[in-house]
Amino acid sequence: MSIRTASVQTQDAPLARPASRTFSWAWLGVLPFFLFALAFLLAPAASLIAGTFLNEEGRLTLDNVLGLSTPYIVNAYKISLQISLVTALAGGIFGFLLAYAVTAGGLPRPVRSLLTTFSGVASNFAGVPLAFAFVSTLGRTGILTVLLKDVFGFNIYSQGFNLYSFLGLSLTYMYFQFPLMVLIMTPALDGLKRNWREASENLGATSWQYWRYIALPILLPTLLGTMVLLFGNAFGAYATAYALTGGSLNLVTIVIGAQMRGNVLHDPGLGNALAVGMVVIMALSIGVYTWLQRKSERWLR
Amino acid sequence: MKRGSFWSWLWVALGAIYFLLPLYATLEFSFRACARDELCLKAYDNVLNDSQFISTFTFSVQMAIMTIIASILILVPTAYWVHLRLRRLRPLVEFVSLLPFVIPAIVLVFGLIRIYSRPPLLLTRTPATSNILLVAGYVVLSLPYMYRAVDTGLRAMDVSTLTEAALSLGAGWPTILFRVILPNLRTALLSGALLTFAIVIGELTLAQYLARPAFGPYLALLGQNRAFEPAALSIISFALTWVAMGMIAFLTRGKPGQGQIAGAH
Repeated sequence: MSIRTASVQTQDAPLARPASRTFSWAWLGVLPFFLFALAFLLAPAASLIAGTFLNEEGRLTLDNVLGLSTPYIVNAYKISLQISLVTALAGGIFGFLLAYAVTAGGLPRPVRSLLTTFSGVASNFAGVPLAFAFVSTLGRTGILTVLLKDVFGFNIYSQGFNLYSFLGLSLTYMYFQFPLMVLIMTPALDGLKRNWREASENLGATSWQYWRYIALPILLPTLLGTMVLLFGNAFGAYATAYALTGGSLNLVTIVIGAQMRGNVLHDPGLGNALAVGMVVIMALSIGVYTWLQRKSERWLR
Repeated sequence: MKRGSFWSWLWVALGAIYFLLPLYATLEFSFRACARDELCLKAYDNVLNDSQFISTFTFSVQMAIMTIIASILILVPTAYWVHLRLRRLRPLVEFVSLLPFVIPAIVLVFGLIRIYSRPPLLLTRTPATSNILLVAGYVVLSLPYMYRAVDTGLRAMDVSTLTEAALSLGAGWPTILFRVILPNLRTALLSGALLTFAIVIGELTLAQYLARPAFGPYLALLGQNRAFEPAALSIISFALTWVAMGMIAFLTRGKPGQGQIAGAH
């Protein structure tokens, strides 16, 4: 068949569908999403950034950013970072041990589903009800406090413990931190194939060597990544801290909240800088988490 | 591989104690509203008969339902088009759906108030428009979970074949979306909706700073004033969350990867 005949043939065949027309429908279909994201997600963020770098006359300024270096604000960031770090590490380690116990630790199957369901509930049980629950447990008339006092003669409050402090808040944060770790690590640990363990034992490796040379290197990206996620989770938490401490503990989220009520700073630009600082830290954590997630996909599919 | 070693049971036991003790303590605390050592339901009685409890809880339920509807209306078409035609947009949409993690609730409400409390975009004046702002904020908060649910649901079914079949039978796009795709997404949408419901009911930050009469601020206020009623409310709230999560677990049984994970507030 000559080329000319072939082209005439294809020219006569009707188009299966009008290509450009379906594409315009598709773009229209995703428009609401992007408009919504623009209006209620990107615009507020942009407004905060603008408010940080522009002063009241609308000129570019770094005053607000520099204002973040007052001791009060530095302290707020320090406490927030500390509590996030502590609960991420503690929650991460304990959560990992729990996840390992129900996957490779050889416990019966129902224990695992029970733990997963409970973790799903607990990771959602943050905020005001969680604060009440811990007040009922470790508050001045809490059940554990009373138990320790009556049965063991050990008054934790006279020893200096206070639920409405850094330590108390950390303990409370743990309630949603390590379930999150369990929920993410359990599927990841499923990816740790049993044949690797058996192969290493066949070759004469001890348990310690298995962990040191095989399991931990494979698990490390997921472990670290999830801990970073826990870090971000704790850093951005507001409701639990507010409900428990009433705003007395100086966290960045609490300070931003107080700023919105006009309580403390009387300087809107500084409030914006605080918020943007938080966003930067959260963005870094999510970025590190995503990077570590991709690294872990190599082995733990 | 040791079966059920000592350490495994130890960690699970410790975990169980840590999980269950605060719940038991709250339960016990909520029964203390009467004379000492007497198990009574007075706190629950007070709570359930409190008109403010009923009004704030109803308000939050209404907001939750509106949030779920709005999320579905925005996300299902988007996920569908991205899945079917605009594959290149997928990373961008996923990035946007992860943004609410980067912008915590307190920062979000700060930004929302900044923009929408001044003319021409004044949304904080009247209750009705403030509720719109609140629902929008809630949709943003639940965006990651809803999008993931819808995306997982779409991956589990053969979108192109269904679409082609419907098209060849003469269906228009609204028919395809609402009568072909949506029913197949029932499980995913339900689990996303339940999670959104759990998030919205207990949410404090947005409701408090937008001054809406929601359940979260009511809980916080009660905690500052009363002793035993907050414990009763916590138990009720926990029971609700448990029911929601239990239903999600039931719906997604046997479907790995569709479980939902939430975080702190």
